[in-house]
Amino acid sequence: MAEPAKPADSNRPALALHVPEPRYRPGDVADFSHIDIGEAGASPRPDEGAHPSEMSELAYGLIRVLGDDNQAHGPWNPRLDPETLRTMLGHMAMVRAFDERMFRGQRQGKTSFYMKCTGEEATSIAPAMALASDDMVFPSYRQQGILIARGYPLLEMINQIYSNKADKLKGRQLPIMYSSREHSFFSISGNLATQCPQAVGWAMASAIKGDSRIAASWVGEGSTAEGDFHAACTFAAVYNAPVILNVINNQWAISSFSGFAGSERTTFAARGLGHGIAALRVDGNDALACFAAAQWAANRARGNHGPTLIEYFTYRAEGHSTSDDPSGYRSAQEREEWPLGDPVTRLKNHLIALGEWDEERQAAMDLDCAERVKATTKEAEKNGILGHGLHHPFHTMFEDVYEELPWHLEEQADQAIRERITKFGTERPFG
Amino acid sequence: MSEDMAPVAETVTAERRLNMIEAINEALDIMLERDPNVVIMGEDVGYFGGVFRATAGLQAKHGKNRVFDTPISECGIIGAAVGMGAYGLRPVPEIQFADYIYPGLDQLISEAARLRYRSAGDYIAPLTVRSPFGGGIFGGQTHSQSPEALFTHVAGLKTVIPATPHDAKGLLIAAIEDNDPVIFFEPKRIYNGPFSGFYDKPVEPWKKHEGSVVPEGYYKIPLGKARMVQEGEALTVLAYGTMVHVAEAVCKAKGVDAEILDLRTLVPLDIKAIEASVEKTGRCLIVHEATRTSGFGAELSALVTERCFYHLEAPVERVTGFDTPYPHSLEWAYFPGPVRIGEAIDKLLKD
Repeated sequence: MAEPAKPADSNRPALALHVPEPRYRPGDVADFSHIDIGEAGASPRPDEGAHPSEMSELAYGLIRVLGDDNQAHGPWNPRLDPETLRTMLGHMAMVRAFDERMFRGQRQGKTSFYMKCTGEEATSIAPAMALASDDMVFPSYRQQGILIARGYPLLEMINQIYSNKADKLKGRQLPIMYSSREHSFFSISGNLATQCPQAVGWAMASAIKGDSRIAASWVGEGSTAEGDFHAACTFAAVYNAPVILNVINNQWAISSFSGFAGSERTTFAARGLGHGIAALRVDGNDALACFAAAQWAANRARGNHGPTLIEYFTYRAEGHSTSDDPSGYRSAQEREEWPLGDPVTRLKNHLIALGEWDEERQAAMDLDCAERVKATTKEAEKNGILGHGLHHPFHTMFEDVYEELPWHLEEQADQAIRERITKFGTERPFG
Repeated sequence: MSEDMAPVAETVTAERRLNMIEAINEALDIMLERDPNVVIMGEDVGYFGGVFRATAGLQAKHGKNRVFDTPISECGIIGAAVGMGAYGLRPVPEIQFADYIYPGLDQLISEAARLRYRSAGDYIAPLTVRSPFGGGIFGGQTHSQSPEALFTHVAGLKTVIPATPHDAKGLLIAAIEDNDPVIFFEPKRIYNGPFSGFYDKPVEPWKKHEGSVVPEGYYKIPLGKARMVQEGEALTVLAYGTMVHVAEAVCKAKGVDAEILDLRTLVPLDIKAIEASVEKTGRCLIVHEATRTSGFGAELSALVTERCFYHLEAPVERVTGFDTPYPHSLEWAYFPGPVRIGEAIDKLLKD
């Protein structure tokens, strides 16, 4: 065992390790007054081709559009028409209704796992609306809002969550690890941050081919600690890749607060500056600011001005997943004390302030979303739920490992099918 | 077996001899020409043409959008290649030494290898990762490793190792055209000549070896087909890469009538060729340079024992590197050379 040098033996001071600790733990009164959220409308909006060094203050501030008066302010106001705003609100309401129902479905034993994005809806829906529908997205696991915004059928999402016989991914993936090439939505991994250099590579390929499509990736602030994130920043900068690297800073990575990814020292947006990448730090609960930042970055990429790193400053209002209980590690008050409010409420209030919406219509819309999800859930359940039968023919387990089955997988497939017959006999259908 | 072993149809013009680097360079050149989606990327592969010259002249000929240098980040190289593959390109990343591939492992194992499966065919990763591997060049522990077994253990990856310039070209073209991710390990000890294992004897150039006859133009050797190096009756030798030549030289020196199979592809493996040979000879020697424990030889030994047990007249023998890092000054003590192979042959033929 290593013997430490005794400070008493020398004049050298004893070293001390800093292990970050969040401000509030269960039972504490949460107070976020130390967070400087600035004023809506106060951040300057640089030219989309600006050099990163000319706009470095945007990596430390907070781009906000929606003020406490529920009005849109300043140069980042994307000036969306009311119809677009209502569409955005509708997507956000739908994601919230979907999350509620799927969470309950997991608790009822219909599937193994689910992840809500409550409080973070704006960070996927608004950027998805700012991108072209054929721009390629490389999401993490909390961007179901992109699929909703792109019109991916709810039924396919639920089939996947249930791993049932209609699941397009053949029951191979953990619930919510969607994939849809048709919707330019990359297959979700589960290994964190791997999608970041992949998005950069896709964007490089698009540039190699002289295409006009760009790529965007999403990663949590906790996962920015992964080497993949830094590799992505390096490659994006080196090749001036037409890519948007989104960091969703929702403050918590399961039970580890953002300090374990370095937030005590600087912002996540500032990671971009060290690479010479344009960096924006945005109020992630302000759908208009999220849209405006993504639109700025998309225009920048499309104009060959290179990559942008966007930090969406938000709050994970619920647990990490159905397997998590945040009451074990953080103050239950944090959600209500969060200084940037709730993204759905803020956008709703904005539309009401514009005279383009009211509470009655909101209530009707929420009800409609809940009913549509409920009806689709019933529809999906006709295809089965997880655990009620082995839905997929056993041979499918061996398909797609390679384009063609080599001899050893054919042998193993035969074995699996034999095992099925041994267990169930030939009465039940088998593959 | 003869059917499996038949050489692929190719246009044989005047006999032309290349070393392995030249053959690889030619394969890359041909594929850049034939397929506009092929791109080559890696550390020092662009203007300079690679530290082993495998990509020399390719950037000048095909442009910087097709052949380019990368940051020193294997994670980034493989990760970007996966994204390029999703776009529709056919990337051929180079990892400068197999010893440096580890920072890219997550992208290979969790991403490239599983992409087709997890997306049910929505996306594929048609990468060919080229990387020089193996020792015998005084590369020390960080320029000598043979990590092939790590990759054969991963479902979804193919692992290919050529032993001659002829095969290097044909296998590399097949690997690039393959729609699955392929790890293409190039035995750097035999880039410039087939190594006999007798390190104290003069080096032979490729020119004197028939495996250096490389047809011009496009041809490919299908993955998963072994090469019959020589037929024999006394025992079967299973080897790949550099060790094919070492085993051949030792058998010749000892006057052993060995049947030598160059596996060429570890996954998918040519099990039929292995079974046919072992059933004929009844004895099996497995040779690889990589460390012994959980090496690919263990898999081969298990397969032969499971499938050919009643034909065996002696226990399967493995000759491998020792379970140590590759030592710099004691390289030849580590290397599974003529003494170690010779003893194993004696043991196999004892009864």
